[in-house]
Amino acid sequence: MARVIEYAEAVKLALQHEMRRDDRVYCIGEDIVLGVPFGCTKGLIDEFGPARVLNAPISEAAIVGSAMGAAMTGLVPVVDMHFADFVTCAMDEVANQIAKSRYMFGGQIDCPLTLRMPYGIGRSGGGHHSNSVEAWFVNIPGLKVCIPSTPADVFGLLKTAIRDPDPVLVFEHRGLYRVTGEVPDDDAVVPLGRAEVKRPGRDVTVIATARMVHESLTAAERLASEGIDVEVLDPRSLVPLDRDALAASVARTHRVVIAEEGPMRGSTGAWLAWVVMEDSFDELDAPIARVAAPNVPIPFSPPLEAFVTPDADDVVAAARQVMKGA
Amino acid sequence: MNEPTGELLLEMYVRMLRVRLFEERARELFANARIPGFLHTSVGQEAVAVGVATALRRDDYILSTHRGHGHLVAKGGALRGLMAELYGKANGICHGKGGTMHIADVSVGYLGANGVLASGCVLAPGVGLSIRHRKSDQVVVTLFGDGAANRGPFHEGVNMAALWKLPVIFVCENNRWASTTAHALSTAGASARPAGGSIAARAAGYGIPGESVDGNDVLAVWRAVSRARARAAQGPSLIEAHTIRWVGHFEGDGQAYRGKDEVAEGRRTDPIARQAALLAERGLLDAAGADDMRRRMSAEIDDAVSHAEASPLPEPHEALTDLFAEWSWRE
Ligand SMILES: Cc1ncc(C[n+]2csc(CCOP(=O)(O)OP(=O)(O)O)c2C)c(N)n1
Repeated sequence: MARVIEYAEAVKLALQHEMRRDDRVYCIGEDIVLGVPFGCTKGLIDEFGPARVLNAPISEAAIVGSAMGAAMTGLVPVVDMHFADFVTCAMDEVANQIAKSRYMFGGQIDCPLTLRMPYGIGRSGGGHHSNSVEAWFVNIPGLKVCIPSTPADVFGLLKTAIRDPDPVLVFEHRGLYRVTGEVPDDDAVVPLGRAEVKRPGRDVTVIATARMVHESLTAAERLASEGIDVEVLDPRSLVPLDRDALAASVARTHRVVIAEEGPMRGSTGAWLAWVVMEDSFDELDAPIARVAAPNVPIPFSPPLEAFVTPDADDVVAAARQVMKGA
Repeated sequence: MNEPTGELLLEMYVRMLRVRLFEERARELFANARIPGFLHTSVGQEAVAVGVATALRRDDYILSTHRGHGHLVAKGGALRGLMAELYGKANGICHGKGGTMHIADVSVGYLGANGVLASGCVLAPGVGLSIRHRKSDQVVVTLFGDGAANRGPFHEGVNMAALWKLPVIFVCENNRWASTTAHALSTAGASARPAGGSIAARAAGYGIPGESVDGNDVLAVWRAVSRARARAAQGPSLIEAHTIRWVGHFEGDGQAYRGKDEVAEGRRTDPIARQAALLAERGLLDAAGADDMRRRMSAEIDDAVSHAEASPLPEPHEALTDLFAEWSWRE
């Protein structure tokens, strides 16, 4: 039954559904019994007990590594990374072990695990609690990466991630946890590799992820008053990527802005720009514009943080730029 | 705990000899450029692999290391698939994608060699969780070197397994060296005496049993692992097995860092010769029997080598397969 709920609640509902559906599914992470700090896992222990909601020691390598050990011998772990920033303490486990094992072992093992990655800028988290690190993982063959922007998408994609026989990272922007939206009926899933047009438009395609989807929708309203009709396209999953949907949108609008929250250099947006160029070069009427953070760590002080945070203004400016001469 | 039967004593000998002959052959093949990559062998250390493997059931798991051929052969891995993998051939057990340092043979519970030191220490608790969840009485052994024991994952893995009382056995193969660095120069608490047992002593801090054993005595290793296996339902154990590698860290290592005495000491305490002597003493093996066994095993290895030689290399585009369960790569 459809209902309007918060993003964090949608995460919890998806976990609940999958844990009910498959008793091999368990959650592991730091402070997940009380769901501190984002509340996504709070209360799960009441239904599923401590054997399936594991409050782990502060041992990121062991949390992520043990998830792989469990996944390759029959369980389906869902790891709460606490803050995606801390994945650096388990980077061997993600990049060398989880991503490569099926491949190196010639397909002998399944690694059906999900890494939930709360991430993103906001509320003066500072340099160790604010980073958009999805690009690191897009660059590691063997991982699937999705980045849902709405309660419905996180509900559907998290369920898909848990059912997927391969490792999937789900990037949950912590600034979205309190955003509300309609979640369709309980059985709804969102497949990986399926983009969604969040707002149709004729003049310019803004390819945006996570929080930048919302910023882009705000920008679109403002641009509408200037007579610029913006299409907001959310890839939803980065690996696999719905290249067809990108190409179809570009074929309609012929102008592209790519908006992300992470730093400009070596990023997801840089890669998406190449994808658009390779698939749709002849369709483009203007160079692609990008919105991203400057290449600095995320600073603490509110005005500094605001300065580096990409927002609707940046999307408006980029859209005006690609519309020049139109 | 029962003492091993005559049959098991003989089996230990057979497996150690198979590991030794397999790796001696692999070294030769490497020297003749038949095998690509970097090759780390465990010549001299066979009693650890075999003491562990014979104390385990076939469906128990092993997480192994960069020096892992011996662990796989001891666990019962088929020589053909292993040798073809060392060659990088299409019908290697991992289709040529793993090679010497990244081989798995799930059919015998061998969940993977590992090119990253101590990584198995954090995978093991998860295997333990899965064993517990399935209400199985299997165990998982994770092996690692004395050098690897100084990495963080060792501590995280032992702590987690001990905290949650998981059926994990941590086995440190202390061969006195981490590549060119002596154990005592890299490990706090290491005594000047080679078999001091400083790593086993860490067990006390985690409240689990820790044992330091002669890793060149297959029976001593078998006993320690059997004890650990028998109590695995109550939680993990840590075993430090002291052994000596007779050869370089990798093939081609000039070993400028150590004198000849150590290898001589290794040869004096050769685990295979010791086991042969024990079997002879008990009337279980005579010289003719030993010769015959060696001939049969050489023939097995010849077969694995000819099979590998005759096997095709993978088609280059096979590099794009096996990444995901069912998904063809496009980007
Ligand atoms: C994390 C990591 N650091 C460094 C290396 C490079 N390396 C490979 S083997 C080795 C020495 C390992 O010594 P030890 O753990 O005692 O095992 P042994 O080689 O003696 O079996 C080193 C430094 C590695 N493979 N992984």
